[in-house]
Amino acid sequence: MQDLGISVLFKGINFQRLLGGLWVTLRLALITIGLSCLFGLLFGLLMLSKRKIVQFFCRVWLEIVRFMPQLVLLYLVYFGFARLFGWDLDGETSAVIVFTFWGTAEMGDLIRGALTSIPLHQTESAAAIGLTKGQVYRYVLIPQTLRRLLPQAINLSTRIIKTTALVKMINVTEVLKVGQQIIGQFYRQPDTAFWVYFVIFLLYFIVCWPFSLLAKQLEKRWA
Amino acid sequence: MSDTILQVNDIHKSFDGTGVLRGVSLEIREGEVVVIVGPSGCGKSTLLRCINGLETIDKGEIWLRDEKISGRAKDFHVVRQKIGMVFQSYDLFPHMKVMDNLLLGPTKALGKPRQEVEQEALQMLERVGLKEKAHVYPRTLSGGQKQRVALVRAMLMHPEILLLDEITAALDPEMVSEVLNVVIDLARGGMTMAIVTHEMRFAEAVADRVLFLEEGVVLEEGTPEAFFHAPATERAQRFLQSFTYASKRGKTEVQPKNTFGD
Repeated sequence: MQDLGISVLFKGINFQRLLGGLWVTLRLALITIGLSCLFGLLFGLLMLSKRKIVQFFCRVWLEIVRFMPQLVLLYLVYFGFARLFGWDLDGETSAVIVFTFWGTAEMGDLIRGALTSIPLHQTESAAAIGLTKGQVYRYVLIPQTLRRLLPQAINLSTRIIKTTALVKMINVTEVLKVGQQIIGQFYRQPDTAFWVYFVIFLLYFIVCWPFSLLAKQLEKRWA
Repeated sequence: MSDTILQVNDIHKSFDGTGVLRGVSLEIREGEVVVIVGPSGCGKSTLLRCINGLETIDKGEIWLRDEKISGRAKDFHVVRQKIGMVFQSYDLFPHMKVMDNLLLGPTKALGKPRQEVEQEALQMLERVGLKEKAHVYPRTLSGGQKQRVALVRAMLMHPEILLLDEITAALDPEMVSEVLNVVIDLARGGMTMAIVTHEMRFAEAVADRVLFLEEGVVLEEGTPEAFFHAPATERAQRFLQSFTYASKRGKTEVQPKNTFGD
């Protein structure tokens, strides 16, 4: 009887290899998300600056990030910077740089939006009951900002996780790359490709779905 | 003789070179209710906002009892703890239940124990007919209910004076009286208040004194009887005229019935 392609996954350590690849994906995504939150907060505050020149700089950054396909940015940093500046960046570092460059701008824009969406009279009525400036932020403004921000930030995070699949193009062995290696080894089995990609699909789904549920839940609770 | 709570001396305020307040003086004694009326843009709201330090004044002085509060940049929150204010926009904090909205000021600004204030908050909610709403979020309340909660929130700080800035202007007509009757109730209880409103019948019912403000100056000041029935200035007459309608049949003037107080 002929083997089904799915059995390839249980041969040797193939499944562990896939999980190892998934870990590379997640590590990359988590580092990127963490840095994007940190720099995004700064970027968001910068976008609220009254100085025209600062606003202009932020605007340009955000537009570049939105126009430019991430893959082009990845090539630019991984291949371009190596030649131009003689930096020998490995794939994962390049990816973290590019995705953080992107995530910072997007996260910053979300933070800016959340901050400006709180009406002025919230600040005033909090001040009117005698709270200090710090207390106004702590009890009234920041909690409301977070409620508006969190669902959107979670959605951005799932987008970052998905986008990391691109790094296989700059020689990072993440889950998709591992899958292709396995397919390459077992090319004699015709439906291997289907099953390997199907399992990768499931893995992404298992990782991203809870995030998406959480975002929906928070949106519903805080609406 | 009752004590003077608030003393405003010749204050001036302009925005971008336009004079909004051009020398306004005002004295409010303990337990007195002063209603400030006037056409849109006459500076009524700005006057209240200056008293509460939400705007800085360009000239003049504001005193709360024997403390000068104008020109005081630092620690103004301590002053605001003694001045209650309710605004036109529904200003409850949407991420907190009604009870938490009420407790925030007394527990965080005044440092009172939660349990003690909670008791009092429930009593006051009961007084305004909203006891069963203590543990819901503001978004489930009607506009009129929100403003009643906002009044309770201000009162729980036990302010020396309460400033009400057009608190029914954003409400549907049928909700106006449920809010204003709470204000009348507070006035009967001896609360000192400065009220800006467009509800003339309410103004007449609640005021001890009426101030007519136009173009940043006090044009007329007097008892509600005098102001509403025999206004001295032509401007005030014209202003009051704008609230009445000539009847279709051309004989009598139609005025809404007075539903407040007496």
